Amino acid sequence: MPGVNTHMSFLEMLDVLNDRLVRDGKEPIAFDHDCREGICGMCSMFINGRAHGPLTGTTTCQLHMRFFNDGETVTIEPWRAAAFPVIKDLVVDRTGFEKIMQAGGYVSVNTGNAPDANSIPIEKAKSDEAFDAAACIGCGACVASCKNASAMLFLSAKVSQLALLPQGEPERRERVLNMVKTHDEAGFGNCTNTGACEAECPKGISITHIARLNREYLRASLTK
Amino acid sequence: MVESLKMFYTSVGRKLVMALTGLFLFVFLLEHLYGNLLLYKLDVGKAFEEYSAFMAGNLIIRAVEYGLFGGIIIHILDALFITLANRKARPIGYAVSHQSKNSTWYSRNMGLTGSIILFFLIIHLRTFFFPHRFGHPETTMAYDVANAFQTSWYAALYLVSMVLLGSHLNHGIQSAFHTLGRNDMKYRKTLKSVGTILALIIMIGFASFPIVFYFDLFGAATNILAN
Repeated sequence: MPGVNTHMSFLEMLDVLNDRLVRDGKEPIAFDHDCREGICGMCSMFINGRAHGPLTGTTTCQLHMRFFNDGETVTIEPWRAAAFPVIKDLVVDRTGFEKIMQAGGYVSVNTGNAPDANSIPIEKAKSDEAFDAAACIGCGACVASCKNASAMLFLSAKVSQLALLPQGEPERRERVLNMVKTHDEAGFGNCTNTGACEAECPKGISITHIARLNREYLRASLTK
Repeated sequence: MVESLKMFYTSVGRKLVMALTGLFLFVFLLEHLYGNLLLYKLDVGKAFEEYSAFMAGNLIIRAVEYGLFGGIIIHILDALFITLANRKARPIGYAVSHQSKNSTWYSRNMGLTGSIILFFLIIHLRTFFFPHRFGHPETTMAYDVANAFQTSWYAALYLVSMVLLGSHLNHGIQSAFHTLGRNDMKYRKTLKSVGTILALIIMIGFASFPIVFYFDLFGAATNILAN
């Protein structure tokens, strides 16, 4: 495509394409994007058969055109999942994730003065693991890559993050039960442990969080 | 209690059912392999016959047998239920999808390998289990085993089925531990290796019978058939 150089990001390439389409009086291609720094999780494209394209650990906005051959035909598709209905072109509705978050992705705090930052000590290993889980940007690449369109990696990252911290303790049991229930109701599939989500996650979220989710869920169910 | 049982209706609960029944069936396979290895004793199948008679006559074992068939049926129904739900979760597929870049063939094709293993299981039960449990055969079980593997297509069917069983277990065992929540960063590689080793033991162990009896290695087939 003329006007595209190797330094451009994938989204900039689409900007060039859309600019041309508008100039030609045609409808531009709709796609989601926001920060273009790899941290907001808005860009969501299935490029040449892979979520966020051929590079691992990268969001679409951080994928550069130098990773494609000159004159290569690039296939771009939206995330495909019943729980992520296509709004237009490459834009999908990710309300399913919001519903899961509303079901338990929060902690209750008392009102009043802010507590002292170090009033609750947390051991380093646990805080590191919680931080790894918190790195999830909710882009939906896990759902898009999973052969079952399951959101288990996203869900487990959120449950795991709060289950590891003392702040998450009060709602710990209800959180996992409600979030799993909402996940199923939103129309996401069942996890079969293929590990595709972990391989395609731009933030490298580990499926060991899914194992923790299972543990949390089993414990919460049996102590009803 | 009733509240706790509700968990089996959820996606995580269904995985738990899959893992628990799968591990139960795996334990049975280990026991089955032990019994079959008695065929290699070159004692005209005597030890194997004694073992078969014990398994058929023991009341507790008979009760476990019902549990085993129950386990197989639940494992299959759960798999069907999960597969149908997953189809609904992605009604429109991708035009281009490179799944081999992010996951293994055996982890993605549990339904395919499982279905072929079920087909094999039906043939297997018809050949050995049903005639001896419900009929009055003139030949011993050991004789039937050695004799069945003289037919090349039958031996080949066993061989292929056991390779697929190995593939199924290679994902299944480590996946079951993962589902039961035992997959921390610390144990991850160990669990995967243990799963593969156990799958290999089952696969090589069971696949050896059609090979050994078909080619009459160390006179195993002659020992049983000629006496």
